[in-house]
Amino acid sequence: MKIAVLVKQVPSSESMLPLSSDQTWIDEGQVSFVMNPPDSFAIEEALLLREKIGEGEVVIVSMGPERVKKTIKEGLAKGADRGIHLEEEGKIETDPLSNSKSFSSVLKEENFDLILTGLQSDDTGMGQTGVLLGELLGMSTATLAMETEVQGDSIRVKRELESGWFQWVKLPLPASISIQSGLNTPRYPSLKGIMGAKRKEIKCVSSAEHRSGAQTQFMEKVFVPQTSKQTEVIEGDADTAVARIIEILKSDIKVL
Amino acid sequence: MDILVVLEDNRGTLHRMSKEAIAGAQQIGGSVSALAIGANADALATELFTLDLTEVITVNHELVSSYNADGYAEVVRQVIDSESPKTVIAGHSYQTRDFMPRVSAKLDIPFIPDIISIEGGYTKQVLNAKLNATVNTNVDQIILSFQSAAFSDESVVSGSCSARSFEVNLDPSLVRAESEEPFQESTGDVDLESAELIVSVGRGMEKEENVSLAFDLAKVLGAEVSASRPVVDSGWVEPFRQVGSSGHNVAPKLYFSLGISGAIQHVVGMKGSKNILAINKDPEAPIFEIADYAVVGDVLEIVPKLIEALQS
Ligand SMILES: Cc1cc2nc3c(=O)[nH]c(=O)nc-3n(C[C@H](O)[C@H](O)[C@H](O)COP(=O)(O)OP(=O)(O)OC[C@H]3O[C@@H](n4cnc5c(N)ncnc54)[C@H](O)[C@@H]3O)c2cc1C
Repeated sequence: MKIAVLVKQVPSSESMLPLSSDQTWIDEGQVSFVMNPPDSFAIEEALLLREKIGEGEVVIVSMGPERVKKTIKEGLAKGADRGIHLEEEGKIETDPLSNSKSFSSVLKEENFDLILTGLQSDDTGMGQTGVLLGELLGMSTATLAMETEVQGDSIRVKRELESGWFQWVKLPLPASISIQSGLNTPRYPSLKGIMGAKRKEIKCVSSAEHRSGAQTQFMEKVFVPQTSKQTEVIEGDADTAVARIIEILKSDIKVL
Repeated sequence: MDILVVLEDNRGTLHRMSKEAIAGAQQIGGSVSALAIGANADALATELFTLDLTEVITVNHELVSSYNADGYAEVVRQVIDSESPKTVIAGHSYQTRDFMPRVSAKLDIPFIPDIISIEGGYTKQVLNAKLNATVNTNVDQIILSFQSAAFSDESVVSGSCSARSFEVNLDPSLVRAESEEPFQESTGDVDLESAELIVSVGRGMEKEENVSLAFDLAKVLGAEVSASRPVVDSGWVEPFRQVGSSGHNVAPKLYFSLGISGAIQHVVGMKGSKNILAINKDPEAPIFEIADYAVVGDVLEIVPKLIEALQS
């Protein structure tokens, strides 16, 4: 079983997010980056599948500038076997379709049985790359997997639907599947894993080699949301807050 | 045809977000048609006969009698190929996320997802809803999906239209996935969706034993208790109490939020509430942006005092 996990590096949820001077993205120089949290569930699922099957290879694939090597290494330290880095210089590409064409051109010859992704990225939140890539590579696809079971040359996936509904689907391999956050408990890299990761291969593919599709969608402007709602802010100690809450419940909302 | 709205079958009736998508399409303007797929296509079409649409295209073929990504992506591709809409629109539902990217890849047209507004460009939230971005394209044909409640289904323009059946050409080898019947994991006896008053707990309750504070408060107010997803995932409350994109959609008279940050996946499930009263110790918490009353403080300190005051 050969499994690729697509992993993205994104601004950490605690990072400051200053706008870039042209206001089409953030000023990445001032931002701290982490592995996209949903992707850590996809890595864990890949490692669990490899353990259950007893053989196989887990490959961490990431696109971005030099900094994403750190995220690839984190995946290797958790136990993945090797990495592939689709390099990008300059501005980060935010078009899922052209990015998927890049992934497709690099991953085609690898003939993966399974491609796993997180459900979406915390930065642009397009939530499409795994499905686009599956279609481009002629694979079957499923999203928001809550459970996976490999059965011979198929994989059974419990998909999360809306409002507490679920559905099992059985996909023939090769398949591309997005993993719902929370389905497993991502492991931390061990010290041995971290040491071992240094010797693992990371193949680099330059943007000139992987970029094929033209960009068809782009961020035009990024801005701080304006709230239209009139919000009454209640500050002060707990007693002040309690007194005002009771007044609101009584007189404003009239539920007491 | 200017716009094609791809409808979603929600177990026999039109998905709420499909109606919102029609409202959004009508606001964009031009000729709007809708596409209903599956065994319930005629029933869905009938629901739309009193709306201002050009027509409802129906597709009923045994390979797509119920939803599957392989079949739906191909049906939508064939309809787009034949009718050449400039814009294809759907609600940003889980189902749309599951198959619409495949349509995008098949036809090589961009899909801009999860749009919250069309004023001043297609706007979506980025970076955990801390910023908004307008996204544009340089091609003529696009696919859009609208986030829940981006448009109100009450603003749908009435009129009349009729249905037309569309013949698709599907090869049995097309549908590779075998789909089992959808099922519900756990149902409680709590009807959150019609509750008048809701006390909702988030990770800010800090510990499982503190959750009882919310139940005590709910009891004195006569409210139901709901929760954010992490609280459910940790097993602090039952799954049927979850509010948000993967839980219930609620619209009570009062949504009293305790220690919830206000992530978009939570907010889509409760932003229709008439009054939102939120307690959070972080003055920058996103929940305050949609709150009517923003109490900056510690829930663990305020709630016990509030219960005491309400009881006396
Ligand atoms: C596809 C998908 C579907 C999802 N579906 C859902 C869904 O249906 N429902 C849902 O809720 N989430 C959903 N999520 C998760 C969502 O993104 C958030 O992670 C989640 O809503 C956060 O829950 P929270 O606000 O309880 O926790 P946190 O984000 O951790 O927020 C805790 C808040 O409590 C505050 N706080 C901490 N201590 C105190 C204190 N003592 N007093 C006062 N305030 C305090 C903090 O300031 C913080 O704002 C989904 C995510 C994805 C990607």
